[in-house]
Amino acid sequence: MSDWRYVLAQSRGTLLAIVFFVVMFVIYTSNHPAGFSANVVQTAANKGVLLALVAMAQTFVVITAGIDLSVGAVFVLTNCLASWILVGTAATATLGVLGVLLSGLACGAINGLIVIYGRLQPIVATIASGAVFFGLALLLRPVPGGDVYGPLADALTGRIFGVLPASLVALGAVVLVVWIPYSRSAIGRAAYAVGSSESAAYMSGVPVDAAKFCAYMLSGLTAALGGLFLTFVTYSGEASAANGNTYTLFSIAAVVLGGVSLFGGSGSAIGAIFGALMFRTIGDLLFVFNFDPLWQPLFQGLVLLAAVCVGSARLFQVRNRLELFP
Amino acid sequence: MSENAETGFTDALKRRIDPPVAIAFGCIVVMLFLGSLYSRSFLSPEYLLQQLKVASFLGVIATGTMIVILLGQIDLSIPWVVAVGGMMSTAATGWGPVGHAIAIPFGVACGVALGLVNGFGVAYLRIPSMIITLAVNAVAQGLMVVHTGGFSPQDSSSPAMRTLATGELFFGLPNALIVWAVVGAGAIFLLNRTTFGRAVYGIGNRERAAYLSGIDTQRVVLIAFALAGGLSAFGGVLLAGYASKAAQAMGDAYLLPAIAAVVLGGASILGGRGSYLGTVAGVILITLLQSILSVVQMPEAGRQITYGIVIVAMLLLYGRESRAR
Repeated sequence: MSDWRYVLAQSRGTLLAIVFFVVMFVIYTSNHPAGFSANVVQTAANKGVLLALVAMAQTFVVITAGIDLSVGAVFVLTNCLASWILVGTAATATLGVLGVLLSGLACGAINGLIVIYGRLQPIVATIASGAVFFGLALLLRPVPGGDVYGPLADALTGRIFGVLPASLVALGAVVLVVWIPYSRSAIGRAAYAVGSSESAAYMSGVPVDAAKFCAYMLSGLTAALGGLFLTFVTYSGEASAANGNTYTLFSIAAVVLGGVSLFGGSGSAIGAIFGALMFRTIGDLLFVFNFDPLWQPLFQGLVLLAAVCVGSARLFQVRNRLELFP
Repeated sequence: MSENAETGFTDALKRRIDPPVAIAFGCIVVMLFLGSLYSRSFLSPEYLLQQLKVASFLGVIATGTMIVILLGQIDLSIPWVVAVGGMMSTAATGWGPVGHAIAIPFGVACGVALGLVNGFGVAYLRIPSMIITLAVNAVAQGLMVVHTGGFSPQDSSSPAMRTLATGELFFGLPNALIVWAVVGAGAIFLLNRTTFGRAVYGIGNRERAAYLSGIDTQRVVLIAFALAGGLSAFGGVLLAGYASKAAQAMGDAYLLPAIAAVVLGGASILGGRGSYLGTVAGVILITLLQSILSVVQMPEAGRQITYGIVIVAMLLLYGRESRAR
């Protein structure tokens, strides 16, 4: 009668990510010298939302069994663009926001076109397009600098009613406006179908190309939202290769921690968001325990290694020896 | 009769020449031609040898990358395994005479150890290679940050490393190029003349079929990743010898070129298809492209854009997947 068991099985990864994040965040705040204060939450939220948006961008493509190694570059490119056009009055800043989002969509569309009609493997195609996007970012900002429309930036990185971090509210709004309608629409279901089995999806009359194209476009759009937010946080634009690479790699880690299968066809952006928040909390945990900051990268790496060993090892899921061999 | 022999010969020739490899070598010629229009020195032996020397570092690293890609997997741990190779070998040099002697093997061994972790995760735990190698990369970075304190290590490379990377044997033939030739010959032998090599191609085509044909696929995957780790670290050892010391992010610039070189050489990123000759062409192509862009003094931004566009354009020429429906 009720299908709650299927729903539960479907969203197991997402729920696990939420539980792990809550546990880690409680450990983090209870050991923080300032305790569970609005300030601590606000700082953590601003940092986490950046990665959450990029991880969300990665999710759209990963669900279709692809991968987007250019999300970091789009993130950096839109950051540089925003630091140019998001200035002046409220009206010009609004136009600037639109321009940044459109450029993100364009980046996603380029990736989609190369992958779908060029028939190149996504991993190679997005490596190359990522180089182009990063080059464009360097053209825009050879040296770090620029400005941003202050009131908007302050509003989105501050607190609402003095307690609620505005960045989390904005992230929630993105989920409500982009992810929920998408995942429930025909094109969203088509993306899941394509990720599960492209040929079966094709045979069933699913619009394969449209689903993939839409996924890449949305990936570009969400990465641009991330870039926009980075501009709000830093008040400037910077074409940093290290930043781009780090965010690309972290987005893959966050997606996996969030229970999204890299083989496509399962997982949700909500899981990826909590995966991202969890990943950020892991990094911060060391500070509250007064470890030497030198050990932080190693600790983060070991936790990542342990998490992926448990989370994505198919060894623990096989029932038949032959299932080991795809 | 003789006509038959004639067509038989051209057919055999056609079968031997892989179109992607031929196109890649063609692109190298075109690039040299365009370069020579800009400056005569592009065709001078000194310039060409210098390019081949620079290409050897990428060539050694790309050899390991290729073996992993032939399996249908990917190794994203290249950046910090390269750095581990460089840093551990220079660290060993700091231990005195014994250290001098074991610097190179020690650096390579550390890379093999990291490669074994990758291979164990992929082959036995069945973790997607993209994830486990990413995690191992993070761990390797963490280990090196702890080891060096976050700064560039003070130890310099041993004389043997420097000779290997910068010396010349005779006729101005760089040692690094000879090293790449030896590594390449080994790779060709391994891939074409041993059961291990055939197993690598078999697994890349379909692991289940390879397993059912009696190949211990898990062991082959483990060894392949260990080889890739060792070769990446060896590349790092050579780079440390070239610069006479190791640096924090010395491997970052090698991940994308290594993958791009293998793919430009006609290997399928899905595995099972590709020849070492293609990788050689890809490595030279990438090195030449980088060199020409820097010689014409294009700013970094333009370099990145051209780099990306050239890779996409070349892959659109011959790297397209067939419509599998």
